[in-house]
Amino acid sequence: MGSTTSKVLRSVAVVAAFGMLAAACGSSSPSGSSTGSSSTTSGGSGGGGTPTASAPGITANSITIGSHQPLTGPAAPGYSEIAPAANALFQYVNSKGGVHGRQIKYTYEDDAYNPSQTTTVVRKLVLQDNVFAIFNGLGTPTHSAVEAFLNSEKVPDLFVASGCICWDQPSKYPYTSGWQTDYIREGKILGQYIKQSLSGKKVGYVYQNDDFGQDGIKGLDYEIPASDVVTKQPYDVTNINVGPQVAALQAKGAQVVALYTIPAFTALVLLQAAKIGYHPTWVVSSVGSDPPTLSGLLTKFSSGKAGGSLLTGMVTGTYLPALNDTSNPWIALFKKIHDQYIPTLPWDGNVLYGESVGYTFVRLMDQAGVNPTRDSVIKTLHSADLGGPGIVPFAFSSGSNAGFTGEQIAVNKDGSTLVPQGSVYTTDDSSSAPSVSNYTQPQPPSNLNS
Amino acid sequence: MTRMPGPLRFAAVRHGLVVIVLAAAVAGYTQIAGSFADFQLAQIAIYVMAIAGLTVLTGLNGQVSLGHGALMAIGGYSAALVMQHDPNGHLPLAVVLVIATAATAVAGGIIGVAAARLRGPYLAGATLALAVGIPQLAVARQFAHTLGGEQGLTVRSPQAPSFLGSSFSLEHWLSWICAAGALVVLFLLSNLVTSRYGRTFRAVRDDEIAAALAGIHVARTQVLAFVVSAASAGLGGALLGVVTSLVAPAGFTLVLSIALLTGIVLGGLGSIVGAVWGSILVVYVPQWSTDLAHSLSFSTVMGSYFAVAFYGLVLIVVMLVFPSGLQGGIVRLWGMAASRVRRG
Repeated sequence: MGSTTSKVLRSVAVVAAFGMLAAACGSSSPSGSSTGSSSTTSGGSGGGGTPTASAPGITANSITIGSHQPLTGPAAPGYSEIAPAANALFQYVNSKGGVHGRQIKYTYEDDAYNPSQTTTVVRKLVLQDNVFAIFNGLGTPTHSAVEAFLNSEKVPDLFVASGCICWDQPSKYPYTSGWQTDYIREGKILGQYIKQSLSGKKVGYVYQNDDFGQDGIKGLDYEIPASDVVTKQPYDVTNINVGPQVAALQAKGAQVVALYTIPAFTALVLLQAAKIGYHPTWVVSSVGSDPPTLSGLLTKFSSGKAGGSLLTGMVTGTYLPALNDTSNPWIALFKKIHDQYIPTLPWDGNVLYGESVGYTFVRLMDQAGVNPTRDSVIKTLHSADLGGPGIVPFAFSSGSNAGFTGEQIAVNKDGSTLVPQGSVYTTDDSSSAPSVSNYTQPQPPSNLNS
Repeated sequence: MTRMPGPLRFAAVRHGLVVIVLAAAVAGYTQIAGSFADFQLAQIAIYVMAIAGLTVLTGLNGQVSLGHGALMAIGGYSAALVMQHDPNGHLPLAVVLVIATAATAVAGGIIGVAAARLRGPYLAGATLALAVGIPQLAVARQFAHTLGGEQGLTVRSPQAPSFLGSSFSLEHWLSWICAAGALVVLFLLSNLVTSRYGRTFRAVRDDEIAAALAGIHVARTQVLAFVVSAASAGLGGALLGVVTSLVAPAGFTLVLSIALLTGIVLGGLGSIVGAVWGSILVVYVPQWSTDLAHSLSFSTVMGSYFAVAFYGLVLIVVMLVFPSGLQGGIVRLWGMAASRVRRG
């Protein structure tokens, strides 16, 4: 038996022994893992009492939430401002004492709008960082990749930043909820506007080839007569050449074009149309119509040759008050928070969105009581009065996890600001027409953390 | 080499022993590590499968392939499609994985036959086209409905068997499945490498004409190398789909193919053990650099860019210090240490 062999065997024996030792000594419950069950002994949403560590991610003085956001990549323009804006609102609330004495810690990770990266960062947030909830995860294709995981881990998946109807499945995915008006509801309201105010004109669609775009055109089709629609052009975020789609629109003579596009692609389509001298009326989904974001993108993509003037006349929908309506107490408050905490970010629709959804979370945690658990927060969502700056009510109830129920049409009159016009409409996901809403926006509370 | 006792003479037995030891180490590690560490171990195992196959193809057989991300995609989508046609879960996961591996092996055979005439940069270019084009097939209008388009297809997660107890987490079970797959691939590939086929691969790599004169069928050898490496990449891709519960074009980009190449170079070209080092680096270094960016209090956007820059820096440093990869470096250091011990 040679020395080489004995050396090999010795090392094999040592490594094997170590492996067995580790297996024997290891505890049965892995450290740092979250099986989703809350560890509280006191159960439900406690009314009074002192704050304790009532759930994973909650301690006596902090609540930790996580999110996945497109900080880089094709969806970053505009959307990368949303999480910092929500964080600004949380910092303001924290400065006023937090929620039930707890400071809100918001950890958002970059997923570059890539669903595979989303699965990794969300697993890290849930399994390693032990966040209490995933808040405002952004993107339809990205969040679809983690919806099943979050529900199987029983982690609250609150206020997904996407209008897909896939977040409204309370029996299959009870922990997931939406926030913004879903794309079918919005499509119906935009479609109704086209049918009433642009009747008889030829309509074309450009839409993202996933649930976002497909849900949108489903809503449009519920209202716009099929004979008026001359073409439907899909696009994929990985292919920035929209020349073929715009050429097809012009060839079919579409006088009104409905865009279910993210901001980068709204800008690309507008620029391409301007290049070939094609000027239809643009009707754009709220997710891709914010004027400051779009003018910035138009200027950047065209190297300064085009700008906000291309946006004049653009029609869109909105469920929040107008950005420049300083007489509105919510706008005044949110602008003050923006100027104090995130002055380097532009004051635009993304910041308003971020602060608004942040407020909804703060309000929910306040209503959930002093010692919430993951399950009690979901129950609170269905019954609480969440108030907030929305101009329409939420659909949250025991039968629905959907967010805002409608929108108001807004027109970009001068290329830089959206001016709301007409009635506020609410509707559902069925084929029935939208109806006028008589909801009044509540006032902000004097103390924002309640 | 001095004669080894009994069964240790056979390479297969030696490899089998190493595999058993590694299996014990994995079982021990996953017992004490948390769920996210289990998830990372599963990711490393997936990369081991793809990188080991690629190192055999590129390191041993001399065919540079920039398209192994596409082969992983074929494996992943095959597994997803099989599961879609079996909604009640009658097929055991092992069967799904075998089907996905076989499908990718067939694809590898077709690609290998097409690529048999190509050498060097032309082969690299052809495989590069595959890496970019094949995942985009899922988005093409004709296939978007069956293949799920940009959003991809969801993959069902397997349940851990009941005898392991109800507290056995999904991540723990997945890490075991992926580790098992990686160990099977390592075992089979190391046997292949030490066998007659391994010698044939190296002969073709070093001098095709001499190999042909010695009676080796060059084209058949090259196609076989492609089939073997495609099969391992396919198994890795299928398990990637299972672990992330999703197969989508964005999960199999060109960046993945480049990462696999990075892994084989960092680990040591042609070395099966090097494939393990390469996988560890490819999975952990981006994670470490992100954590480093966080601890340096960069804003999250700056942190993402810093993480990528730091990853590049690590690659450059490793290549400068260990030009023949980590395994080459380890062998050299071990040799230096051993000779010093013998002298001293």
